[in-house]
Amino acid sequence: MNLNLYVWRQKGPNAAGKLQQMQAKNISPDMSFLEMIDEVNEDLVREGKEPIAFDHDCREGICGTCSQVINGIPHGPQERTTVCQLHMRKFRDGDSIYIEPWRAKAFPLIKDLIVDRSALDRIIQAGGYTSCHTGGVPDANAILIPKPDADVAMDAAECIGCGACVAACPNGSAMLFTSAKVTQLASLPQGRAEAARRVCVMTEAMLNEGFGNCSNHYECQAACPKGIKVSFIAKLNREFIKAHMS
Amino acid sequence: MILDGKCPSGPLAQKWDNHRQDMKLVNPANKRKYRIIVVGTGLAGASAAASLGELGYNVDAFCYQDSSRRAHSIAAQGGINAAKNYPNDGDSIFRLFYDTIKGGDFRSREANVYRLAQVSNSIIDQCVAQGVPFARDYAGYLDNRSFGGAQVARTFYARGQTGQQLLLGAYSALSRQVKAGTVKVHTRTEMLDLVVVDGEAKGITVRDLVTGQVGCYAADAVCLCTGGYVNVYYLSTNAQGCNVTANYRAYKKGAFFANPCYTQIHPTCIPVSGEHQSKLTLMSESLRNDGRVWVPLKKGDKRPPHEIPENDRDYYLERKYPSFGNLAPRDISSRAAKEACDDGRGVGPGGFGVYLDFSDAIKRLGDDKIRERYGNLFEMYERITDENAYKQPMRIYPALHYAMGGLWVDYNLQSNLPGLFVLGEANFSDHGANRLGASALMQGLADGYFVIPYTIANYLAMTRPGAVTTNHPEFDKSRQDIENQIKKLLSINGRKTAKEFHRELGKVMWEHVGMERSEQSLKRAIEIIPGIREEFWKNVRVTGSGAELNQELERAGRIADFLEFGELLARDALNRNESCGGHFRVEFQMPDGEAKRDDENFSYVAAWEFKGVDQTPEIHKEPLVFENVHLGIRSYK
Ligand SMILES: Cc1cc2nc3c(=O)[nH]c(=O)nc-3n(C[C@H](O)[C@H](O)[C@H](O)COP(=O)(O)OP(=O)(O)OC[C@H]3O[C@@H](n4cnc5c(N)ncnc54)[C@H](O)[C@@H]3O)c2cc1C
Ligand code: FES
Repeated sequence: MNLNLYVWRQKGPNAAGKLQQMQAKNISPDMSFLEMIDEVNEDLVREGKEPIAFDHDCREGICGTCSQVINGIPHGPQERTTVCQLHMRKFRDGDSIYIEPWRAKAFPLIKDLIVDRSALDRIIQAGGYTSCHTGGVPDANAILIPKPDADVAMDAAECIGCGACVAACPNGSAMLFTSAKVTQLASLPQGRAEAARRVCVMTEAMLNEGFGNCSNHYECQAACPKGIKVSFIAKLNREFIKAHMS
Repeated sequence: MILDGKCPSGPLAQKWDNHRQDMKLVNPANKRKYRIIVVGTGLAGASAAASLGELGYNVDAFCYQDSSRRAHSIAAQGGINAAKNYPNDGDSIFRLFYDTIKGGDFRSREANVYRLAQVSNSIIDQCVAQGVPFARDYAGYLDNRSFGGAQVARTFYARGQTGQQLLLGAYSALSRQVKAGTVKVHTRTEMLDLVVVDGEAKGITVRDLVTGQVGCYAADAVCLCTGGYVNVYYLSTNAQGCNVTANYRAYKKGAFFANPCYTQIHPTCIPVSGEHQSKLTLMSESLRNDGRVWVPLKKGDKRPPHEIPENDRDYYLERKYPSFGNLAPRDISSRAAKEACDDGRGVGPGGFGVYLDFSDAIKRLGDDKIRERYGNLFEMYERITDENAYKQPMRIYPALHYAMGGLWVDYNLQSNLPGLFVLGEANFSDHGANRLGASALMQGLADGYFVIPYTIANYLAMTRPGAVTTNHPEFDKSRQDIENQIKKLLSINGRKTAKEFHRELGKVMWEHVGMERSEQSLKRAIEIIPGIREEFWKNVRVTGSGAELNQELERAGRIADFLEFGELLARDALNRNESCGGHFRVEFQMPDGEAKRDDENFSYVAAWEFKGVDQTPEIHKEPLVFENVHLGIRSYK
């Protein structure tokens, strides 16, 4: 396949950026999207030109590093699929493809397609944990957890922290991300003790980092490669109200 | 030199307890005077940094990713072992210990492995307290499954994402310490050198991957938790950034590298689809619990799988290893797959694949049960291959996966360089010549949560806090060396990309130092690799500058180290005139093709000392002594 790419190029946070047109030639439909960019980059390097900078690591859809908006959709057209797992057979020969970075106020751009997502780490640092010490905890089976609760916790815990939800949201909100961690821990007995405080400090951190609020567009759920559901946002809101009533 | 593993004396089951009594402690009020560097934030690094921070030490943690949560531990799928014996099926600490020693083909240290089995139960408790959502049954109890090579169900799991969940647990503990101010995490920062002062590890030199700035950090001790090196083979199940650089630079500064030739090839990966392939994707071997491995009985049988009747199929693992069947250990399963394909019975494009068939399990349990167990793996398989494994068998092929070898450490996880501790996959200590499934996660967390907090104190108690600062000339020298290397890489301006060299090296490694090795193939590799290295330093093209985010430069630096390390790996393989675990030498096999160990001559750890880039490294040996197990033939028949 041959493709016509429009790729966001920007030297650094303060430089001007623009979409640069380039060709991807002789692309196999079995390649992943990132392998397609690898090929383009190899050619650029051989010509002495700077390759496209992009974030990636595991290339199996779990580390949450890869982050590209493809034709306007974070992680591209295939549902529940990260860019690294997207394959070229989802495109047609001759297609034009627009490749851009995550765009959100809380994610300053570093270079080309790479942005700074450390704000998400700081939301977790605010309180996305149980305050247990290393050692000195009860036997694992001393805490019984009804299977439905364990399943909800696991559904929420699948979040890979990629930030696609933020990039998809017109408000640049990190509600889906935050609610997933709140839900995971609030669904488990070992997380209940700190549930009220947790939801307060995490939402506060979220707002302090410059993420917007949720106004129910649900774009986040549509973009999420792991199928994290907006019902968790409702859960966060319930936890938040509960925390303020008690 | 004969190396001493410093295993405590006394009966096996009491060694760790006794040792904990004997070790020195650091007074609580003094802990904050010490600074510890932890490189790596995977299971080993995150658990270590969090636990040390909680104890009151000042910790600087480093990772090359943009967040500590993205270390490659995240990708582990199958599960984590522990000797809880919740299913009451006969497990015990001794059995886990024995299985691990036997699985490692009797090439690991008894005392280390026993300690690992002992602390395994605390790991599960710790993770549950953190909110790790392990699988549970309807009564609310934890569920277990049996996993590659084990006859008891001792594996805890969280769907197909156990590594992710354990890492997020450790990351949450780490985040709590960041908030508490005891740990500072330096993301997008790559360690490029170890700084050694008067024979002791006292700091590191790093490059800030965003600004390009090269800088130094000093500390009272350094922990390397930098993961495995199998990307030396180019294609592997590791992440793109996994590297040997941190370990290799420490090796060049005097730390011994142990058993580099012990590499694990995983039997269940998605086959290569073409030259463009950048990585190989693992399909968790938990799939082998319900999938049956087969190839056509006849060579060149090109019929689609559902048209091949039972009689024309060879379920070769069930046939050759009746008691373990599809659950035979990784090295054995991998070699059997290669053998079938070399015999012309491989399936799929190129004939480098075997079937992993779920049709019987689906008949027995139904689609839904299979979906519940492996849904995400089946989805991943479909995304990559465009094939539906509920309807047709998966195609799998072995791929490089795990490094049992690593920096040499004693029982305290301390390298021969005092002050340098090595944890997780980066060390060599617990898995011998072959690692059992679900044991790496266990080891990483054991090292970080439950071993290093004790053993590092023993070292620190004997040192004066803050004795060395970055003003020491060794730091300046190290920084200059690194800056010079960067300048050199940028100035070559050749015609080949770093990746082309990596691919070339990978081909040599896979062909000559791969699943089957021979004296001849290894000598060939040792001949070819220096040539590739030489060309690299004359003809590599690295674009951009050093003073900015430059992924080509990062890559070139890592490949430069792989180009030296590959040779060391081959030399170690050549030295080891026996077959054991993941190291298979064609000259040393039983009449039936099984690995033939030589306990008389090779029951030792080979620890290599760097002598110069084009010099032969010097071997040091640590004899392995077995007092509690009988060195059996590792039979899985
Ligand atoms: C696909 C896959 C599936 C697996 N499944 C299982 C399983 O089911 N059960 C099991 O027990 N094991 C499994 N394993 C093995 C296990 O996951 C790993 O051995 C283990 O997680 C390694 O943990 P670690 O902390 O030692 O290293 P890693 O998690 O690899 O972490 C390495 C850290 O070091 C950092 N780093 C590396 N180099 C540098 C440098 N130069 N400078 C700065 N930082 C650096 C990285 O940023 C990272 O933070 C699997 C492995 C793979 C690849
Ligand atoms: S690179 Fe890890 S999720 Fe895409």
